[in-house]
Amino acid sequence: MSTVFIALQTNEETRQIVEAITQDNPQAVVHEQPAMVKIDAQGKLTIRRETIEALIGRDYDLQELQVNLITISGNLDQTDDEMVLYWNA
Amino acid sequence: MAVAAVKDYDFPPADTMDKFHGAQLLYIGWEDHLLFCAPFAFPFPPSMRFGDIVGGVLPGAFGYHPDFAQIDWAKAEWFKSGKPFAPDFDKSLADNGLAHKDVIRFRTPGLTGIEGSCS
Amino acid sequence: MDMQVARKKLGLKERYAVMTRGLDWTPSYQKMEDIYPYMSYEGIKIHDWDKWEDPFRLTMDAYWKYQAEKERKLYAIIDAFNQNNGHLNVTDARYINTVKLFISGISPLEYVAHRGFSHVGRAFPGAGPRVACLMQSLDEIRHAQTQVHSISNYNKYYNGMHDFHHAHDRVWFLSVPKSFFDDAITAGPFEFMVAIGFSFEYVLTNLLFVPFVSGAAYNGDMGTMTFGFSAQSDEARHMTLGLEVIKFILEQDPANVPIVQRWIDKWTWRGYRVLTLVAMMMDYMLPKRTMSWKEAWEVYFEENGGALFKDLARYGITMPKCAEQIALEKDHLSHQAWSTFYNYAAAANFHTWTPDEDEMAWLSSKYPNSFDKYYRPRMTYWREQAAKGNRFYNKTLPMLCQTCQIPMIFTEPGDPTKICYREVDYRGEKYHFCSDHCKKIFEDEPEKYVQAWLPVHQIYQGNCFPEGTDPTVEGFDPLAAVLKYYNLESGRDNLDFDISEDKKNFAEWRGQATRNI
Repeated sequence: MSTVFIALQTNEETRQIVEAITQDNPQAVVHEQPAMVKIDAQGKLTIRRETIEALIGRDYDLQELQVNLITISGNLDQTDDEMVLYWNA
Repeated sequence: MAVAAVKDYDFPPADTMDKFHGAQLLYIGWEDHLLFCAPFAFPFPPSMRFGDIVGGVLPGAFGYHPDFAQIDWAKAEWFKSGKPFAPDFDKSLADNGLAHKDVIRFRTPGLTGIEGSCS
Repeated sequence: MDMQVARKKLGLKERYAVMTRGLDWTPSYQKMEDIYPYMSYEGIKIHDWDKWEDPFRLTMDAYWKYQAEKERKLYAIIDAFNQNNGHLNVTDARYINTVKLFISGISPLEYVAHRGFSHVGRAFPGAGPRVACLMQSLDEIRHAQTQVHSISNYNKYYNGMHDFHHAHDRVWFLSVPKSFFDDAITAGPFEFMVAIGFSFEYVLTNLLFVPFVSGAAYNGDMGTMTFGFSAQSDEARHMTLGLEVIKFILEQDPANVPIVQRWIDKWTWRGYRVLTLVAMMMDYMLPKRTMSWKEAWEVYFEENGGALFKDLARYGITMPKCAEQIALEKDHLSHQAWSTFYNYAAAANFHTWTPDEDEMAWLSSKYPNSFDKYYRPRMTYWREQAAKGNRFYNKTLPMLCQTCQIPMIFTEPGDPTKICYREVDYRGEKYHFCSDHCKKIFEDEPEKYVQAWLPVHQIYQGNCFPEGTDPTVEGFDPLAAVLKYYNLESGRDNLDFDISEDKKNFAEWRGQATRNI
């Protein structure tokens, strides 16, 4: 299985997004680096809007993630409710 | 035409000899002395005597290296495009068969750079 | 009056399709091949443009909203950085030379990328790639401008950056990134997309941005970090565009596979050669290092790229052939590159220096197979000579590779003591290359590369002196004339860091910032 990852800027907005991601992807590994947080997962990583909304206490549009996104690895599928990173092999 | 193009694509090369004001380009590298990061490029008249390059130009180019002063030119091995080459120091570049953009190297047996690291 | 209309809301995919597809019409006054004249000459076959998928599905309202937010945040930070004399917070003034490298080597490429995407966006008949290229073109000019804004603060106080665009067009080592993009924008639209959108933006981007931006974070450079992160957030979209391009082209027709493979091989290699500058930046120029080039390559290419090519294997695409040689060069690249800039410090727009004992200990630990054996001796020798007032300044011009245009500094794969020499005779002229890969790139399209503007050859042709220069006068100093042509001031913009105005000023100003004077 190949590793997918998402890297986000470290700031107040992303703190809870990282928490949401780890809640929905218990096998994911979080690496904290200067000013950046990188989350690795095997084969697939799912980011759910509802989980984020529950943590931040307001409506959230997954496209907002773009402002804090640094880089990703994997194919991307995005809907109103989920952002999924995955490899086919 | 190897390159894909929407019409004929054929332009003169940028570095033909006629562009160098009577000089030809010669590249010279000193094997095992990577203190100098790359071989050098020189413009020389084709009539220039090979020995004048060794005696008059190479000291300025390579002299910084502590090995240079110890070179025994009689023992130096020369290569042209990687193949053994025996330059005649009294002949010109042209008479030595050195054409525009040829590359030569010299190896100085026993001299292998700073602390033998090939630097 | 109640107007209650219950309708199911469209999902993201449907909304996006409605807003971006089926809005054009099939031309009836002109033929498709006349409106889109570049679609077939590269040999790529596209049967159905509607198969293009846009992973991020950004409509213009979302695009402007998020880009505006990024800009507001960015400029707030740049303002704070300027107001606070943020430049004095960097670890030490040697760090600033990485910023000089960035503005003169990378920022002009952002601008050309903007032009490139603008051009290919016009060239494609499909709505999907047109929209993606439009947004990327806007992103790239934003990057160019934000970099100029951010780095202008450093330019107020430090040397070498004052005419970065002029330098990019002329200075010997800057022809390396410049020719890379010249090659891309003179290629057809499909090759451009594979070269830049995929090979550069997907395969290699992390090896450019993460090192520079983490480097900035580790070394107290908030200005660079902030534009770096701002650009990176666009890069994720660029990466998905690149990956989508590849998948789309490969799925359209099996005949496309070998053409795309050749482009992936070519552009991974060309991009890697440009990243030589990043390797030395990471290992030699950051006072506080984040990771070694070798480590970065292992994470961002070998692991990440490995996963990518495994995914693409189902189309018949393989890992680029050059990956093997790159793995062999891992232990050597940064050291050979730094040696080059140390050699030619008199001709560059940034300073160089030798690593101190602590730094050499770090290099030893990161490169146990190579540093002590091949590179420590020369670094130590140079250091000792500089201390005696005999700092090495190589004044003889180097031989260059015809394709990547880097001096012939690279060694034989497997033998780091021997320069790698390769040559080709083409139509009565000889051409030289640093490697089998650069040689193959030439052999595949010689008509392009015979025209290369090689800085060393151009200097010898007399094309790199200020207008009106007479090279035949007594006592003519060609290197001084070349520096004038570069618009660099000798003694100020070049030479060793230890004798630089930058070093002196930084120390003075930092001293002032910490005392009551």
